[in-house]
Amino acid sequence: MDKKELLELVYTKLKEKFHGSIESAELLYDFPVFTVNKEHIHEALVFLKEEPEFNFHFLTDLTGIQTADEKHLGVVYHLHNMPKNFRIRVKTFFPMSNPEIPTAVDIWAGANWMERETYDFFGVKFKGHPNLKRILNVDEMDIYPLRKEYPLEDQTRDDKSDKMFGR
Amino acid sequence: MGKGLIKRTKLEIAKSPEGLEGPGFFAGKLEEVIGLARANSLWPLPFATSCCGIEFMATMASNYDMARFGAERLSFSPRQADLLMVMGTIAKKMGPTLRQVYEQMAEPKWVLSVGACASSGGIFDTYSVLQGIDRIIPVDVYVPGCPPRPEQIIEGIMKIQELAKNESFRRRHSDEYKRMLNSYGIE
Repeated sequence: MDKKELLELVYTKLKEKFHGSIESAELLYDFPVFTVNKEHIHEALVFLKEEPEFNFHFLTDLTGIQTADEKHLGVVYHLHNMPKNFRIRVKTFFPMSNPEIPTAVDIWAGANWMERETYDFFGVKFKGHPNLKRILNVDEMDIYPLRKEYPLEDQTRDDKSDKMFGR
Repeated sequence: MGKGLIKRTKLEIAKSPEGLEGPGFFAGKLEEVIGLARANSLWPLPFATSCCGIEFMATMASNYDMARFGAERLSFSPRQADLLMVMGTIAKKMGPTLRQVYEQMAEPKWVLSVGACASSGGIFDTYSVLQGIDRIIPVDVYVPGCPPRPEQIIEGIMKIQELAKNESFRRRHSDEYKRMLNSYGIE
């Protein structure tokens, strides 16, 4: 089955079940990508895993993203069915003022650390996560460093004046 | 195998300190004798976290042979180490560990900061990396470079040897030294 057929297959099934909750379905860089409404993301993920026709039993990756207008955060799920070699990407977006989405740990246990990482770097609160705390950064950190509002450079240095660097 | 294959090298052993010498006796400063012993039998603790650690492996191996300086015996326990060699990027999360290792070392102890990252954070001017280990522990000698060549690391070791050789007995008990440690929050 080629990518286009896979896109069609998954899209038809998803649309049947979730109607308006599927915001988009497109082939990006030869990869089927679906954007699902935040309200139905959990059910949609369960459906994608349980539906015998595609049965995405493996969560390859889960990560966060911030949109360029700095108003929305997103979570991206990479799903894989190994026997059939199906791969898709599922995205969901929500406003920065309320960065809360249901956890996927109950669907794939492997989501545990990936959700902690996403929380660590983007501040996405995964509702129902068994142990949502920072995983890579120091516990005392009070920022979410990959959000655009926080500077990348270390803020404790005083030897780097902008004048010296032509900024 | 001809005789010519064996190269004769002129062996230089450590010079004895100044003092009064005669048959069967030597009178000099105990401080200098102990300094000599310490300088030529440093036990380094390699705290290697990245590429500078690889350079250290070359320094320790036969080509550069740090054992020539009496630093043959690496100590992987801080309790028996004299010299903490910090080589590589120290992330902020690693900071408390490094500090604990330093605190566990017995006096007298020296710290050698190898490479740009350990000395200043190097190219990693970012939220997760410690901008120089001297923010959490005192450092005796800095070796610049990214990474420094083994010759540079050896130069650093020789500078530490100079410090050990010339250190006064009272230094580690002085108020100045205690004040310095206190400024790092170390008792």
